Amino acid sequence: MAEAATKQTPTQAMIGSLEMPQGGWTEAARKDALSRVQAVGLPQRRDEYWKYTRPDTLVQPTPEAASLRSIEEAALFDSTDRLRIVFVDGVFDADASDELALEGIRIERLAEATSDLHWARDLYGTLETRGQTPVARPLAALNTAFARDGVLIHVTGTPSKPVNIIYRRTSETADAMLHHVVKLDAGTELTVLENGPVAARFNAVLEVEVADTATFHHVRAQGRDHEQRAATHIFTRLGTESTFKSFTLTANGAMTRNDCVIELTGDDATAHVAGACVGDGPDFHHDDTVFITHDAVNCESRQVFKKVLRNGATGVFQGKILVKAGAQKTDGYQISQSLLLDEDSQFLAKPELEIYADDVACSHGSTSGAIDEDALFYLRSRGVPEGPATDLLTLAFLAEAVAEVENEDLREEITGQMAAWLERHAA
Amino acid sequence: MLSIKGLKVKLKDEDKQILKGVDLEIEAGKVHAIMGPNGSGKSTLSYVLSGKDGYEVTGGTAALEGIDLLDMDPEERAAAGLFLAFQYPVEIPGVGNMTFLRTAVNAQRKARGEEEMSAADFLKEVRARAKDLKIDAEMLKRPVNVGFSGGEKKRNEILQMAMLEPKMCILDETDSGLDVDAMKLVADGVNALRTQGRGFLVITHYQRLLDHIKPDVVHIMSDGRIIKTGGPELALEVENNGYTDILAEVA
Ligand SMILES: Nc1ncnc2c1ncn2[C@@H]1O[C@H](COP(=O)(O)OP(=O)(O)OP(=O)(O)O)[C@@H](O)[C@H]1O
Ligand SMILES: [Mg+2]
Repeated sequence: MAEAATKQTPTQAMIGSLEMPQGGWTEAARKDALSRVQAVGLPQRRDEYWKYTRPDTLVQPTPEAASLRSIEEAALFDSTDRLRIVFVDGVFDADASDELALEGIRIERLAEATSDLHWARDLYGTLETRGQTPVARPLAALNTAFARDGVLIHVTGTPSKPVNIIYRRTSETADAMLHHVVKLDAGTELTVLENGPVAARFNAVLEVEVADTATFHHVRAQGRDHEQRAATHIFTRLGTESTFKSFTLTANGAMTRNDCVIELTGDDATAHVAGACVGDGPDFHHDDTVFITHDAVNCESRQVFKKVLRNGATGVFQGKILVKAGAQKTDGYQISQSLLLDEDSQFLAKPELEIYADDVACSHGSTSGAIDEDALFYLRSRGVPEGPATDLLTLAFLAEAVAEVENEDLREEITGQMAAWLERHAA
Repeated sequence: MLSIKGLKVKLKDEDKQILKGVDLEIEAGKVHAIMGPNGSGKSTLSYVLSGKDGYEVTGGTAALEGIDLLDMDPEERAAAGLFLAFQYPVEIPGVGNMTFLRTAVNAQRKARGEEEMSAADFLKEVRARAKDLKIDAEMLKRPVNVGFSGGEKKRNEILQMAMLEPKMCILDETDSGLDVDAMKLVADGVNALRTQGRGFLVITHYQRLLDHIKPDVVHIMSDGRIIKTGGPELALEVENNGYTDILAEVA
């Protein structure tokens, strides 16, 4: 048997290192997810879907250590009135969190949601499962099987303030896995904010069911944790006339893979997903992978991704718009751009369109460019030193992605955060 | 104020000599005009003085108040008091005009060891100066020069000059694109600074601007050299007869 153990596949090794929570309403979903992981296996370097991003550090049983020195976290969303839910090293911290009560929503922790007839029962793992075709996302299935905690939010009204999931990291080795589920009833509205460094390694799933005419906003700042590794997944399904808008700010992280899978299933729905990323150094690797399926009439989807890369950083964008037969009047837009501040940095983009309807307007574009030398000289000729002038142009480049954040206060917080990060680097 | 001696400049990437020995002395409070045929090297002179990349100085010197300019970064030259109003102002999408101006003003103050201007003071100042130049508030909010008309861009250059209060101003064809009224406004701005002892180098093709800003000295540049220097009457001669006679005279 000892012989056999050494011949374990990486998938078996990973599964063997994890412990599945037993019993309760999630059990069936967890078992199903486990069998799906076993069937497809965890991502490997040769997988087409992992062509530009090496999954190695995400699938090994023990995460690479991430020193605490590598965290440079400035306070964010502090000026926003919000309900705070704090996780430290992936573990819920009741003392640091607000009371989990807010008019218009029902909110609780996955670890404590024991009732058998739970509202999330039909959702947990469901959207994740749907998001496995046509491309498998085994790390998300692994999460469904083994996540010990997360936040479950049932939105029945329109709460007065956003829910802020705050992550803090105090361990150099913590391996966090969290699974959040949000269900918005028809006509409701919710904003979820996420920020902070999570753990040495983080595997996240966020499933969002947006019913007819409901609106979901998501603004996330993945922290400036230089050594963290993360694989995050968003799965959402949109009903008629509903809206989903997600924005992510990333500044560093040794490895980040953000998957976003959006299904527009009701007519006249709108989905926007955007990202601004500041990557610095040869250890930085950031991958945005988006898959949007239009399966209803007159829906709009929009992807805006901007990456600033310097000192040998790598950025990846894989974005696909699939327009199914019958999804007429689809309006799909996708832009991914990188600003390469030196020749060692690289941006790899794979934009894809697959269209089976004839009355659609889809456009996509991808560019890579250096800083505009004329603009830089213009600024310097007015007395702005090269560093700050570059920062100003960098922020201007990212502004188009940040503009996707609808709320002006949040937009300003994000812009301020980016400016602070750039400035500190210059110092 | 500005002292240029035997300045020779070639393109960095090409074996092309553009300035072939330029001598120029501009005293405080004086306005010098440079005229000359297209391609004679006037803009190149302004770029080299302000530190643009792509040129290589192969001889000569340029100093502002005795300090060598050619070794400095563009931002250092600006902080030392040099200002260039661009022939073709650059559009910078995503950077607000106000942010840009304020960053520039405070960067220069910081470089000179002065206190930064508060947001309120800055706003007051910029509004007043903009009003003088008939630049409306909406233009201040827009990204730098983006979507500005030709004349608006030029007025925006003069607004920057007014805010930065440089010692030595180079105006590269600021008059082109300006309507008659705007030209008068710009000239008023220049004349106000001139009385404070600033130096000016005004590059132009036309007499009209010089009607409003009376130059003390007029130079004619041709093929990378200043071939003739005279008083305001020289500009009138160019206006009336073109360059043919002057070029023939020196040849
Ligand atoms: N970066 C460059 N690359 C190639 N040629 C250049 C460059 N900069 C200047 N030149 C050339 O140098 C010469 C001088 O150009 P410059 O712009 O200084 O002329 P100018 O006197 O300002 O002309 P105008 O009156 O048309 O503005 C021209 O022949 C121009 O083509
Ligand atoms: Mg010129």
